[in-house]
Amino acid sequence: MSLRTTASQTVGPYLHIGLTWLITTNLVGEGVTGAPITLGGRVTDADGAPVDDALVEIWQANAHGRYDHPDDSRDVPLEAGFKGFGRVPTDASGRFRFTTVKPGAVPDATGAWQAPHINVTILMRGMLKHLRARIYFPDDPANATDPVLRAVPESRRGTLVAERKSDGEFEWNVVLQGDGETVFLDF
Amino acid sequence: MNSRPGNLPAAAVAPYRPSDRWTQPDYVYPPYASTVRRSPSQPLVRVRASLSEVTGPLFGSGIIMANDFDLTRQHEGDPIGERIVVSGRVLDANARPVPHTLVEIWQANAAGRYPHPRDQHNAPTDPNFTGCGRTLTDAEGRYRFVTIRPGEYPWRNHYNAWRPAHIHFSLFGPSISTRLVTQMYFPGDPLLEFDPMYTSIPDESARARLISAFDWETTIPEQALGYRFDVVLRGREETPMENDLPKAARP
Repeated sequence: MSLRTTASQTVGPYLHIGLTWLITTNLVGEGVTGAPITLGGRVTDADGAPVDDALVEIWQANAHGRYDHPDDSRDVPLEAGFKGFGRVPTDASGRFRFTTVKPGAVPDATGAWQAPHINVTILMRGMLKHLRARIYFPDDPANATDPVLRAVPESRRGTLVAERKSDGEFEWNVVLQGDGETVFLDF
Repeated sequence: MNSRPGNLPAAAVAPYRPSDRWTQPDYVYPPYASTVRRSPSQPLVRVRASLSEVTGPLFGSGIIMANDFDLTRQHEGDPIGERIVVSGRVLDANARPVPHTLVEIWQANAAGRYPHPRDQHNAPTDPNFTGCGRTLTDAEGRYRFVTIRPGEYPWRNHYNAWRPAHIHFSLFGPSISTRLVTQMYFPGDPLLEFDPMYTSIPDESARARLISAFDWETTIPEQALGYRFDVVLRGREETPMENDLPKAARP
């Protein structure tokens, strides 16, 4: 028996009422492997205007490359202090910021390595279904062979790669539409 | 360490099937004006599912407080409005229950007003109603909230625009592939056919599934009317897809 999926609808402008109780901007708990990094950015619309009512959620593996989820049954260490989920609304200037660790590499479904990446979900008023993307890290040699990056036209790949602002500080911006439009993923 | 048959890698995954055609709105729907400048112009890039796509955050019961499911008992007094029970099941497209998954809701008060700095509608706030609830589904995918019936309210999308009464729902399911944010509507609402959020859904029957049903079974005598709202998240393939197997494992 199969059922038809429920339709998506926008989170609307008042998402804060229902969703900010679970704000998680620091993913790094006690005893976690890996140096903490900050990952921040800005969400802008087709006019370059900041989106000040978006919600950004991230999901990532720990520094060993293990997801805290039963489907990831590989023999790679889990860490009690790292769940891998973050959520934050954008501020008045469209900005968001997380403190986390750089994830380890996770293989694709064929067992080939993917480059370290963070999965992102973006929701906002004016968006009838959420957008999804990945954030990769600059200067990681594994980016060159990553199957998702390679599926993206070369001229747009850079939109999925964060910029290093200083040691341990990364910036990744979301451009919804127009010049430098972020690559969004379908899966 | 891995119980998968044959020589499948431990990272082989059974992907989630896409939503059925026409059940989901597109990114651009000009009658909902804000979609025009807040949508990508380029097609999405299709990704073959890996562990990244079939995993996602799971939340334990420790994050839920006793009154989180009952929006009428979060303040000292009773909120103004008609008490209702909203309940249902969270299933996947394979008709299997989605157990122990987080369901978050938010809504306007009985006068159609949110306690939010951006809501300037000239209607009263209610000191006894925040309009925010959450719960986890049980082992059979069931959830239940007690709340008050939200009011309709105007918005500035077009001349004389009014949102039908609705409750916002946010669900995770077992992975980031199953994440869903939607809105539940009420039966017989005359505003639905004029609402561009509702009409953004191409398929008429998919629209209709966002309308809750009045339900005698969950109606509490002398206390509250019951509305039933079931949610269907994407379903999963039974096994890893053949084209996900490493080349050497293909016949």
